[in-house]
Amino acid sequence: MNIFVLLKRTFDTEEKITIAKGAINEEGAEFIINPYDEYAVEEAIQLRDNHGGEVTVVTVGNEEAEKQLRTALAMGADKAVLINTEDDLESGDQFTTAKILAQYLEDKEADIILAGNVAIDSGSGQVGPRVADLLDIPYVTTITKLEISGETVTVVRDVEGDSETIETKLPVLVTAQQGLNEPRYPSLPGIMKAKKKPLEELELDDLDLDEDEVEAKTKVVEIFLPQTKEAGRVLEGELDAQVKELVSLLHKEAKVI
Amino acid sequence: MGKKVTVLGEVRDGALRNVSFEGVAAARKIAEDGEVVAVLLGSSVKDLVQEMIVAGADRAVVVEDEKLAGYTSDGYAQAFLAVVEKETPDAIIVGHTALGKDLSPKIASKLNCGLVSDAVGVEVEGGNVVFTRPIYSGKAFEKKIVTDGVIFASIRPNNIPPLERDASRTGEVTEVSAEIKDLRTIVREVAKKATQGVDLSEAKVIVAGGRGVKSEDGFEPLQELADLLGGAVGASRGACDAEYCDYSLQIGQTGKVVTPDLYIACGISGAIQHLAGMSNSKVIVAINKDPEANIFKVADYGIVGDLFEVVPLLVEEFKSLLVEA
Repeated sequence: MNIFVLLKRTFDTEEKITIAKGAINEEGAEFIINPYDEYAVEEAIQLRDNHGGEVTVVTVGNEEAEKQLRTALAMGADKAVLINTEDDLESGDQFTTAKILAQYLEDKEADIILAGNVAIDSGSGQVGPRVADLLDIPYVTTITKLEISGETVTVVRDVEGDSETIETKLPVLVTAQQGLNEPRYPSLPGIMKAKKKPLEELELDDLDLDEDEVEAKTKVVEIFLPQTKEAGRVLEGELDAQVKELVSLLHKEAKVI
Repeated sequence: MGKKVTVLGEVRDGALRNVSFEGVAAARKIAEDGEVVAVLLGSSVKDLVQEMIVAGADRAVVVEDEKLAGYTSDGYAQAFLAVVEKETPDAIIVGHTALGKDLSPKIASKLNCGLVSDAVGVEVEGGNVVFTRPIYSGKAFEKKIVTDGVIFASIRPNNIPPLERDASRTGEVTEVSAEIKDLRTIVREVAKKATQGVDLSEAKVIVAGGRGVKSEDGFEPLQELADLLGGAVGASRGACDAEYCDYSLQIGQTGKVVTPDLYIACGISGAIQHLAGMSNSKVIVAINKDPEANIFKVADYGIVGDLFEVVPLLVEEFKSLLVEA
């Protein structure tokens, strides 16, 4: 099976966000594989182990993303591809990323493409379905279970708490939801092996893409932090008196009940 | 100049979801003195059209087809695109729901346009339609505009207030026929497991439990409180990881981001990832045994105590309040 994973490097979820010069301050921040993409990597490895074939992880970014690609290789992926846009693009959006990924994938004859359902930084969840549409293959988002038998793909999809069982056919793109699996930690031998696994670096030129063709269709005009909330009141006194006071406050002061 | 804005009314279990009316309000703002056109897709949705008009739409377009009885990406995209082709709107608004999240990127790709996902606010500033949306799960926000093509956004439920209903409004209803074919995904089964029908992302009140809930049964008093207040139960990652509840209830950076009117955090310590998912709630109540717990830093009101004592007392107190009211 020819398996591809779309992966994004993101801020560690532990990081506090600050702004410097109108942009998110990346200085000194820890980066990780987007947690939802980690489920996609794990599922891809399991698919390969059960059905044979090869797992290729692909990212669009700069050379810093090599670290996350190596982590995916250490988990068990076979090959990695970094599409480095640092010299070509000043900014991009989900259209940009999807267009680049689709262009790369176009002649790869992927049987299945896995991605996270959303990236925890920009949080739009667009890239997976956009790539599927550009490749003219079906997609299923937010999946929690995946089974492949021959050409038939059966997935369970999380729909705001309900689960839908959906049947489709290869080739397909799916996006991972939490609960799909438990991603493994890279083992020490895995980390050693990952250093020798192929990591290909491409630029837009290599994909026969012009900057104009991938120019963003949206633009960020401002970034700001939410107003910091002041700590409120911790109530005091006997417990049942506190509860009475709380209910009264919610009713009369906050007026939410 | 006014714009023509189409807004998708989302039908679930035979009724329009609130986010549809919030979408009409957003569309009205973008349209200025232009036109708001509601779009309803389904097997039998004509009866719901008037609700969209009462909510502020000028007229409505309906695509009815047996194949639209359940949602599929292909079917809904074909139907919606048929409407877009006929109406050629300047802007499109959908809800950032499971359906909207799945459908909107495909529509955007087909129209070769940008898409602002998960908007929580919209303003028209100097001729530009500016959307505000959370990034880093609400740890920061960005303002975003569409620079090329149709202005397209999905809006987060519960953030843009709907307009006041005006029952005297009337509007034209037209039917568009679309060829719904070659559906590449088939829904075999739908298992409802959402508790009590109140959707977490649309709930006005959320009672959430953390590790302090201690077991699956520990969620019972929380459910009772949520039911009483017409709300939904949520959870922290800790509670989900410990298998006290399903991951579909998880609130936080990996999980749902919610903004109810009232968020009651029970036995939740308040890890930064959890706070990202709920700290923009209007009023936050924290109940925790540990007075040093982080959750108190974002809470409007806090009670230091055992949730198993406090929550039942709260249930009793709310009951007597609701009887009075």
